[in-house]
Amino acid sequence: MTVPRFWRKQQSRYNLIGTTCSTCGQYFYPPRNFCPECRRDGKINEHKFKGTGKVVTYSIIRSASDQFSLLTPYVIAIIELDEGCRLTSQVICEIDAVYIGMPVKQTFRRLGTDGGSGAIFYGTKFIPA
Amino acid sequence: MRDVAVIGVGCTKFGEKWDTSFRNLFVEAGGLALEDGNLSGDQIEEIFVGNMSAGRFVEQEHVGALIADYAGLATDNIPSTRVEAACASGGLAFRQAYTTVASGMADVVVAAGVEKMTDVGTEMTTDVLAAAADREWEGIAGATFPGLYAMIATLYMDRYGLTREQLAQVAVKNHANGEKNPNAQFRKAITLDTVLQSTLVADPLRLFDCSPVTDGAAAVILAPLERAREFTDTPVRVLGSSQASSTIALHDRRDICTLDATVAAGNRVFEMAKVERKDIGFIEVHDCFTIAELCAIEDLGFCKKGEAGKLTEEGVTALNGSLPVNPSGGLKACGHPVGATGIKQVYEVVRQLRGEAEGRQIDADIGMTHNVGGTGATVVCSILGRV
Repeated sequence: MTVPRFWRKQQSRYNLIGTTCSTCGQYFYPPRNFCPECRRDGKINEHKFKGTGKVVTYSIIRSASDQFSLLTPYVIAIIELDEGCRLTSQVICEIDAVYIGMPVKQTFRRLGTDGGSGAIFYGTKFIPA
Repeated sequence: MRDVAVIGVGCTKFGEKWDTSFRNLFVEAGGLALEDGNLSGDQIEEIFVGNMSAGRFVEQEHVGALIADYAGLATDNIPSTRVEAACASGGLAFRQAYTTVASGMADVVVAAGVEKMTDVGTEMTTDVLAAAADREWEGIAGATFPGLYAMIATLYMDRYGLTREQLAQVAVKNHANGEKNPNAQFRKAITLDTVLQSTLVADPLRLFDCSPVTDGAAAVILAPLERAREFTDTPVRVLGSSQASSTIALHDRRDICTLDATVAAGNRVFEMAKVERKDIGFIEVHDCFTIAELCAIEDLGFCKKGEAGKLTEEGVTALNGSLPVNPSGGLKACGHPVGATGIKQVYEVVRQLRGEAEGRQIDADIGMTHNVGGTGATVVCSILGRV
């Protein structure tokens, strides 16, 4: 991913900042700028998530693309945040420690690099809470 | 809307075709379809081609014009359009061709699909396929495509008590069918042990739960039903074709184990075709991973959620069962050249309905296809029947 493309979403990725619709009260992470429920009547505001949630489902990735191949095996999970929305993230733990319903919290980690000598991308991953 | 028929079909052998280029794959499939429909190229009025990622697999965009050119139609200046919906690109091309003929815009229209995947390495392929999901919010976290389906499988097994053996049986059944299909990439039967002993790709999915990387192309030619006999003695009628979309990311689905786009496309096509589930003789579903076949059978309404594993174990979905699923061998054994798969499904249904599926022939009047893009963000379903 190129630097500007990553940088654009940096606040969201670093600090788990998503959005919320004040018309219906739904939370969005990844952020949405248009409420699927209220559409034109929606009022979207930034929202910083608490950063705690639980594992909805998971897998252990053994075979990855170039950017992630050095990390294998690693845990990938769909996490439901306490505010109610779901996201996809790595969970940093022993590969046999993860389970459905596992409480997790956000942590700041290196996400990847732009090729062999490019920028290093940081962002949010999760650890057992 | 006019009634539409398939008047000619063609498909290359699927596999790792080191000696065949992207454009030659398409030309081969198109040529076979023309021959089958007894057409000269002159009658072709329009082309739709499904292709997921020629831009990244062979660094070639502008695929519509390229294939019309190499199919020898450049001087006819016909419209030729590439359509893309990841692994559902082929199904989408078929539906576009169908609506074009049904609407009366054109009479003789080609729906094709092509993908050349082996010109790049495995890690690159993994990355290209991951683009079928949400690049910014799934891919960046390191979620591979098998990893996303694996997360469906993890939750499904936990919730419905699906066993690892039941899941493996999907691959065993599809390989048994693929063995009988001369176009299949893998013409080799396997056992439960083959699946259970294979390398883990993304837990709980193993190598033999995953469809392979494949080169291949397929083409079908559509015409108004009332003109079909000009070209062939065995036209197959398109009873309906539907498309549905859903969230691009798996994590945003209402239910992670249900492909709502499959439910919607399924309901729409049954309504359009005016047939019931019990009328369907067999289905070609999108088994990019073993778990996907089970979800497809359930989400199309052929059984309740959580029951497809048991049906598979009992042989209901086998070639001689009451609801044969993937007689071609499916994506697992026949191979999965992503843009071509949706057209290959139609090809298989037509060959079956014309009684030409030697060695794997099913006695049926109506067959159905189910083609998925990504983890279910696009689904295309079609129902075809004997005339």
